[in-house]
Amino acid sequence: MPDLPLSPRTSPTPDLVVVGAGIVGAACAYHATRAGLSVTVVDSGPIAGGTTGAGEGNILVSDKEPGPELDLAVLSNRQWRDLADLPLDDTTFGRAVELETKGGLVVATDQATLDGLARLVATQRAPGIEAVAVPTDGLRDVEPHLTHDLAGGYRYPQDMQVQPMLAAAHLLRLARRAGATVLTHEPVTGFLRAGERVTGVRTPRRDLPAGAVLNAAGTWAGQVAALAGVTVPVAPRRGYILVTEPLPPLVRHKVYLADYVADVASDSAALQTSTVVEGTRAGTILIGASRERVGFDRTVSTPALRRLAAGAVRLFPVLRDVAVIRAYRGFRPYCPDHLPVIGPDPRAPGLHHACGHEGAGIGLSLGTALLVTQGLTGQPPALDLDPFRPDRFGPEVPR
Amino acid sequence: MTGQRVDLAVVGAGPAGLAAALAAAEAGVSVAIVDAGVRPGGQYWRSPDPGAGPFRPTTLHHGWRRFATTDARLTDLAGTGRVRRLAGHHVWSVVAAGDHWSVHCLRGAEPRQRGTPDPVTVHARRLVLATGAYDRQLPFPGWDLPGVITAGGAQALLKGNLVVAGRTVVVAGTGPFLLPVADGLARYGARVAAVVEANSPVGFARHPGALLGAVGKLGEAGGYAGRLLRHRVPVRHRHAVLRALGTDQLTGVVVGRLDRAGRVRAGSERRIACDVLAVGWGFTPQLELALQLGCATRVDVDQSLVLAVDDDQATSVAGVWAAGEATGVGGADLATVEGRIAGRAAARSLGAEDVPDDRSTRRRRTALRGFATAMHQVYPVPSALLAGCADDTLVCRCEEVSAGRIRHAVTELGATEARVVKLLARPGMGWCQGRVCGFATACLTARHAGRAVTEPDLRAFAERPIAAPTSLGDLATPPDDGHPDGEPA
Repeated sequence: MPDLPLSPRTSPTPDLVVVGAGIVGAACAYHATRAGLSVTVVDSGPIAGGTTGAGEGNILVSDKEPGPELDLAVLSNRQWRDLADLPLDDTTFGRAVELETKGGLVVATDQATLDGLARLVATQRAPGIEAVAVPTDGLRDVEPHLTHDLAGGYRYPQDMQVQPMLAAAHLLRLARRAGATVLTHEPVTGFLRAGERVTGVRTPRRDLPAGAVLNAAGTWAGQVAALAGVTVPVAPRRGYILVTEPLPPLVRHKVYLADYVADVASDSAALQTSTVVEGTRAGTILIGASRERVGFDRTVSTPALRRLAAGAVRLFPVLRDVAVIRAYRGFRPYCPDHLPVIGPDPRAPGLHHACGHEGAGIGLSLGTALLVTQGLTGQPPALDLDPFRPDRFGPEVPR
Repeated sequence: MTGQRVDLAVVGAGPAGLAAALAAAEAGVSVAIVDAGVRPGGQYWRSPDPGAGPFRPTTLHHGWRRFATTDARLTDLAGTGRVRRLAGHHVWSVVAAGDHWSVHCLRGAEPRQRGTPDPVTVHARRLVLATGAYDRQLPFPGWDLPGVITAGGAQALLKGNLVVAGRTVVVAGTGPFLLPVADGLARYGARVAAVVEANSPVGFARHPGALLGAVGKLGEAGGYAGRLLRHRVPVRHRHAVLRALGTDQLTGVVVGRLDRAGRVRAGSERRIACDVLAVGWGFTPQLELALQLGCATRVDVDQSLVLAVDDDQATSVAGVWAAGEATGVGGADLATVEGRIAGRAAARSLGAEDVPDDRSTRRRRTALRGFATAMHQVYPVPSALLAGCADDTLVCRCEEVSAGRIRHAVTELGATEARVVKLLARPGMGWCQGRVCGFATACLTARHAGRAVTEPDLRAFAERPIAAPTSLGDLATPPDDGHPDGEPA
């Protein structure tokens, strides 16, 4: 049964209001307009102003253990590849958003970690992940400047990178061309209700009635959900990225240490860093990834920056004399079980969620948008939505 | 030893920093003066390399005796150990670490050179930020040609190396600062073909109160004007450089006359031959350290982002004071007065007793601040100049971003503020981190978005979590002094 009545395009009441103009909101607006829905996007800030504008642009399958998130990553990966060829102005979507199908390289410093990585690779094959073993003496054929102190690694050809702000901007632009309206600098301050049912949102400037409302507010999704009287336990997990001066190509893949997977899944609040190094089309090298739970603290953390630098130099000794010209921080929207929240909320009919993607929102955005749109138009979902249910956390909010 | 503990760290050794350090040290607290320069004085009292040649400071410097007295006094206090002078220290990060601030410094004139000394961290209970300002630039066709430099750059070359930037020079932009630049160049042998000033000092007639409060400032400007006359330097008011000419090297400029709205009058264009063009459109305060600490900001009369401070020069962050151009561009006299107030306030907060009452200093600050405000109103950046910026004009030289790409980011991609323009089109992402193109990008963004420049627009090009380029190797080296910088246990 369709979840919402389809209203004609000309109606002043759109089928869908998307709260959030980051990558997830942009992808959902794009998919929904493609499915024929009329859409209004509303954001408290500018487009791509939150976590979207503060990441590396990962589209990864390598860093996920088998399970619902990897399934979503595989679905999204296919979507990104399809969209890459879409003609856009005098180029393609892929080129406009600097999509690079460069692949990932996961390396291990010792034999025990490499054995663990081999076990992960074995389990990833069934969901469709390609991984090619690279022995120690072959690593520098793949990445010429890697340290010699490595036990080996795996190359993941499906891993990609995108310029995330451009991706969000172009998805919103495509949505606008299909009739969507984008309202920026307009915070949602409340929900319109008809009994239990959510029938729109309220901003300081206007009421925006809609057939359905999608919460794609990223790190702020918990606050938006609270306005509708439901709990979605999304919290910020701070991360820093170092940016070097522009260089001739030194690093070809996204290269990271195998312990990154363990850190991503960790529940620790303390500062963790796992080395991730990759080049960009602009010539800069991006160095991540730190994780710490410190709320929305925006002051600079020197320890985090130092650890990132040390990790990068260990992995690529050639970087020792390279200058860092910039650092930026972001707040990953994470849930206690490290899975996103996707789909209709049974506690507030008419409200849907697409949030809590932690550090993987860029990559997972298009698959998420497909699932959301299928839910809105009554299509069977491409993936089982049960692991992503908004009400899965129970009445108590884990802290 | 690579770590130092003091009561107060003063960042910057220009007029504000030196005044703050001296006031605090005389009140009895221990002070470290941390400055990137090899010799004290900042940009204003920049002194030449010892090998640069015979140097008569009074020919190039205003208020040199005040500097010399302050400097000598600080040297005396350094002899007692109460003052530490850390020259050639580039502060790249300031962070709170428990009950003190950790001021992380790189050493050496060029942080990237190998074999420079190890990084240093200063641990201080209080901070005074006197980080100064740099030249504000506007894009125009040809501004990336060799031979086009900043007015401050020409002045630094002269003061620091006693070198005249070219044989025939045009000094252009706006503001009283252009006069000493032109005067110094003329005295040291350059032919100054013209001073091209976008505004006119006649505007001061509308601010009689501000002038009364700072009569000396007017005399200073009058002195420069008289000397320029003797050097036969034509000063063209209400004119602007429209284009720089040349293929591999500057050969001349095209100037035009501006109407009251700042638009170029038709038919007024004419060429002036020159091999150097020194341009300055006022100054942009350096705020990255203050913003690392979360200090509140405001937009000043001259559209600069500056630190919000109270009557004691205290910022919004407890334990941090600020003085000089960082709290509003106003020149060396104002900076000195603000520095003294900040240094004394910091000393008082550390328990110093019998610190002199600042009442007359505060009155002087009010008068000088009033003059600065009038100056900003008399010498605005003509907004029509940026409006005429063609799509193919380069705005960000580091990343080669044109004005057209900035427009595209706003009108096509939906950017509504400067930070998003930066993320989408890359202005300000290169080596200079927006120090050159930030103001122009913020103004162009606002213009295309159909509104005035806002604080967030300017902040997008003022926040730098790493204040100076730092090699990964240096960054990876933690301070080896038993005071980990806030590292979680």
